[in-house]
Amino acid sequence: MPASSTPARQRPAGRRRDANPAVSRGARSDAQRRDAWSRRLPLLPALVFTVIATQIPFLITIWYSLRSWNLLNPASDVFVGLSNYAAIFTDSTFRQVALNSVLYTLGCVVAAMVLGTLFALLLDRTFRGQGIVRTLLITPFLIMPVASATLWGVSMFNPTFGLVNWVLGLVGIEPLDWTSSYPVLSILIALVWQWTPFMMLLILAGLQSQPKDVLEAAQMDGASRLQTFLHITLPHLRRYLELSVLLGAIYVVNTFDQIYLMTAGGPGTSSANLPYYIYQRAFLGFDIGQAAAMGVVVVVATIVIANFALRLIFKGFMSTEQN
Amino acid sequence: MSTTATTTAGPTSPTRGRGRSRRVREGGSGLGSAALTLFTWLLAIGFFMPVLWLVLTSFKQESDAASNPPTFFFRPTLDQYRAVFEAGAGGYFWNSLVATVVSTVLVILLAVPAAYAVSIRPVAKTKDVLFFFISTKMLPVVAVIMPIYVVAGRLKVLDNVWTLVFLYTAMNLPLAVWMMRSFFQEVPREVLEAAQIDGASLLTTMRSILIPMVAPGIASTALICVIFAWNEFFFALNLTAADAATVPLMLVSTMTSEGLYLARLSAASVLASLPVVLAGWIAQKQLVRGLSMGAIK
Amino acid sequence: MRRRFTGPPREPDRPRSSAFGCTRPRGWWSAAGVAVLTGFTLTGCTAAADDAKDQIVVAIVSNPQMQDAMKMQDDFTRAHPDVDVKFVSLPENEARAKITASVATGGGEFDVVMISNYETPIWAENGWIEDLQPYIERTDGYDDQDFIGSIRASLSKDGDMYSVPFYGESSFLVYNKELFEKAGVRMPEHPTWPQVAEMAEKLDDPDHGVSGICLRGLAGWGEVMAPLSTVMNTYGGGWFDGRWNPTLTAPETRAAVTEYVDLVRDHGQPGAATSGYGDCITRYSQGNSAMWYDATAMVSAIEDPASSPVAGKSGYAPAPVMNTDAAGWLYSWSLAIPTTSEHKDAAWDFVSWMTDKEYIRNVGERFGWERVPPGSRYSTYQIPEYRRISKAYAQPTLHAMDGASQKTSMTHPVPYEGLQFVSIPEFQDLGTRVGQQVSSAIAGTKSVDEALEQSQDYAQQVARTYQREGQ
Repeated sequence: MPASSTPARQRPAGRRRDANPAVSRGARSDAQRRDAWSRRLPLLPALVFTVIATQIPFLITIWYSLRSWNLLNPASDVFVGLSNYAAIFTDSTFRQVALNSVLYTLGCVVAAMVLGTLFALLLDRTFRGQGIVRTLLITPFLIMPVASATLWGVSMFNPTFGLVNWVLGLVGIEPLDWTSSYPVLSILIALVWQWTPFMMLLILAGLQSQPKDVLEAAQMDGASRLQTFLHITLPHLRRYLELSVLLGAIYVVNTFDQIYLMTAGGPGTSSANLPYYIYQRAFLGFDIGQAAAMGVVVVVATIVIANFALRLIFKGFMSTEQN
Repeated sequence: MSTTATTTAGPTSPTRGRGRSRRVREGGSGLGSAALTLFTWLLAIGFFMPVLWLVLTSFKQESDAASNPPTFFFRPTLDQYRAVFEAGAGGYFWNSLVATVVSTVLVILLAVPAAYAVSIRPVAKTKDVLFFFISTKMLPVVAVIMPIYVVAGRLKVLDNVWTLVFLYTAMNLPLAVWMMRSFFQEVPREVLEAAQIDGASLLTTMRSILIPMVAPGIASTALICVIFAWNEFFFALNLTAADAATVPLMLVSTMTSEGLYLARLSAASVLASLPVVLAGWIAQKQLVRGLSMGAIK
Repeated sequence: MRRRFTGPPREPDRPRSSAFGCTRPRGWWSAAGVAVLTGFTLTGCTAAADDAKDQIVVAIVSNPQMQDAMKMQDDFTRAHPDVDVKFVSLPENEARAKITASVATGGGEFDVVMISNYETPIWAENGWIEDLQPYIERTDGYDDQDFIGSIRASLSKDGDMYSVPFYGESSFLVYNKELFEKAGVRMPEHPTWPQVAEMAEKLDDPDHGVSGICLRGLAGWGEVMAPLSTVMNTYGGGWFDGRWNPTLTAPETRAAVTEYVDLVRDHGQPGAATSGYGDCITRYSQGNSAMWYDATAMVSAIEDPASSPVAGKSGYAPAPVMNTDAAGWLYSWSLAIPTTSEHKDAAWDFVSWMTDKEYIRNVGERFGWERVPPGSRYSTYQIPEYRRISKAYAQPTLHAMDGASQKTSMTHPVPYEGLQFVSIPEFQDLGTRVGQQVSSAIAGTKSVDEALEQSQDYAQQVARTYQREGQ
């Protein structure tokens, strides 16, 4: 795969400009400057807007993180240096919820991908009612997350009248107390249900973009269906899988609605993830300094991980687009 | 019931032969294929079951909604929907509509020129700009909610739908820039160069040539923005109260400590989800491209 | 590049469409604020479109009595046609988070807030809420001496009330007489916790979906920690001793928490760790719990024949004790006006309407007498209709409320106010974090000892400030 990326696009245009000897040096730099501005100008509003909306609040967060501000105690707002950060690293709950965050993200992405691949494979053939099945399968993703969280939390998992316990009862399993005995699993189930269609759609797009002639040729050569899948389909799907994992992770890592509505992070903090725990520290604990410091730590960690993963995975898509 | 009818009819139906010859992977015995179809259908229905249950519950009386064992047969009622409207659903829907539509329009107005700049006429450091955009998408919003809350409080814009418009615009902008970029890249270079030779100004080029060419792209970008804005909960929860509360908050306020609220909550959930579900059903193809930020066509 | 932006098309006839932020002065400034933020010039909004109407925003907890108040809104609007009321009603924890954040940062979204006797003295001290005494004095017929004494005192600072009670509550033990009869169990006149445990064991009947008792287990200082703190008190334990030393790992506290956690785990409701007051209402009123130790305000829900199959079948016993004479708590949901409100007079109109004798009478007549907000006024207990239906619980309620004091419910003096809470700003956080630990113990993911060790740590951090001050 040729590794030509965006800058490559600029080259032809640049060459053409350089190749025009009639323009004097001064005029050219002037024209260049004007040209550069006309290129930048359309970008500026969006860029400035994004900087204002995301970077300025973050700078304020950093400022808060250096203060010990309990909202309920106005007198407590003093500069304390890095002590909020020090406190994070001795807080066992923070470690636990960080682990939960990883658990939710990995668990949901992996499970949703496996299920999504299965669904996509089943859908990638012609059969009666294909359109309807596909429509049914994508619906969980379109349901408002707040609605699907309450749907799972109340209608499905309620220990007394929940549908899940009733179904389990049919096969003789004792009613389970889902959201308080298995809070992480309960939330994971709701998340996987929501994100499987997402994975399915992306992978299905990958399956359908396979060149038909290659598949036909493989079958002519007498390759079994499993062989075709392993040696042709899977390699082709690879970058689609990578992309859906990355995008899925971006969305899932910030999960809030399900946790807020299904378990409120409980029992205790056992099902909280980082966003929810920070929210709790800020809006139930009113410990702004502490919450801000946690926010900063999470942002730094995300940037490090994400930048690495992003560049790695999007490279494939960005370079192929160029050609 | 109709499911089983369709699938058992499968093997004997004349469509089978055609299907097989058209598609390579269809192979296998007719029976196997029918079984697979049946399996797919059952799986889909099982997966869809919670949604079906939600809709069923919304037509029940409260006492049937929270019964054990679950009630499957009942006299459907519209009481819950009536109750939702009587409790003032209109205001929530109006706020959601304003926040969603205005923010989406703003996003498009900002994203189209920006995407043009980074794709058709790349500026220096394009890649960095693009990654800057997408990296803001990954930041946990919770890290900035306190400053936003305090600043909004100082500016007296708490519980104001325009605050949501501002934030939703910021939230969707990176996504839209990435998506629009992928659409602009499909515009043939020749078209553009021809326009430049004509000496058309930037604005004219955009308006008369580019925009019509990427119009479908704008539509699918808008769809994604609408979905995310309509479903957004975290900002709405923290920054609104009475005046600007959006539909997700209507659901939360339907949950009371009173005990029985399930049927009404279900009715509210159905109403709340309906616009996006319908939009998504209609525009399934655009959904894929949008969700992958334009990477998958 | 500055763009002129004229906003979306306005809906033609939507009266007082404050969603736009166009009609009220506050809204207009808000719109302007956002306009500055976005760099757009927002036009199309003019202030004072119909300024004649004051809009007030009321933030309340979505308990049944408050829901009734929302339904009674017409009454208020009829008497005050110039005031437009909007409600924000949320479950307790969410409401508390929102109200506190708004009032503490001067967010100013609310004109009337529902708070409790925990917040009132602290917020009054911080100058966050209005002194209501002047308003009370100039309102004819608003009899503030009629408020139940212990409640009135807990909402006052230097003799001035800073919030007025909508309802007040203590705690007692309700039991299902039918189930007791069937099991051949008799409720003692003054039950102790070991007796309650013994009864719960006999009454527990999981095969028929009946648990021996219902007890809150949901994390939150206003949830599990409220009943649990009263158990800690009567066992001789508690949050802090007389010198602000945390006593969460003291043997007495440990015994109390162990008793509570074991009881609810062995004979309590399924899903205990995530169930709160609301869940217990549902369970008890559906006949799925034989006993329930909770707020006296429960009567409005469980004695309502329309929603509760067990109405009229309950007996009431005082809060179970161990080493003290009484063990109930004292709590009140009350209404206050944040100092940031720009419509204080309209807000007071509303507050006085909702806490007046007249209101209680109207609720009784409209929804039934069992639904009146109890425990706020002595006069409620003089209304003949209310006396008739409340025979079973009126006296237990009044008795519990009058008996709810540190003197009767604790074994030793403490340096703070409050029975089921500690009246310091940090308690809300501390109580919630300790509640999370206890909730984990109830769920079985932690042992009681582990939960209390961690809680003691949290309490230690808070105590430091106060220990310093005490010296």
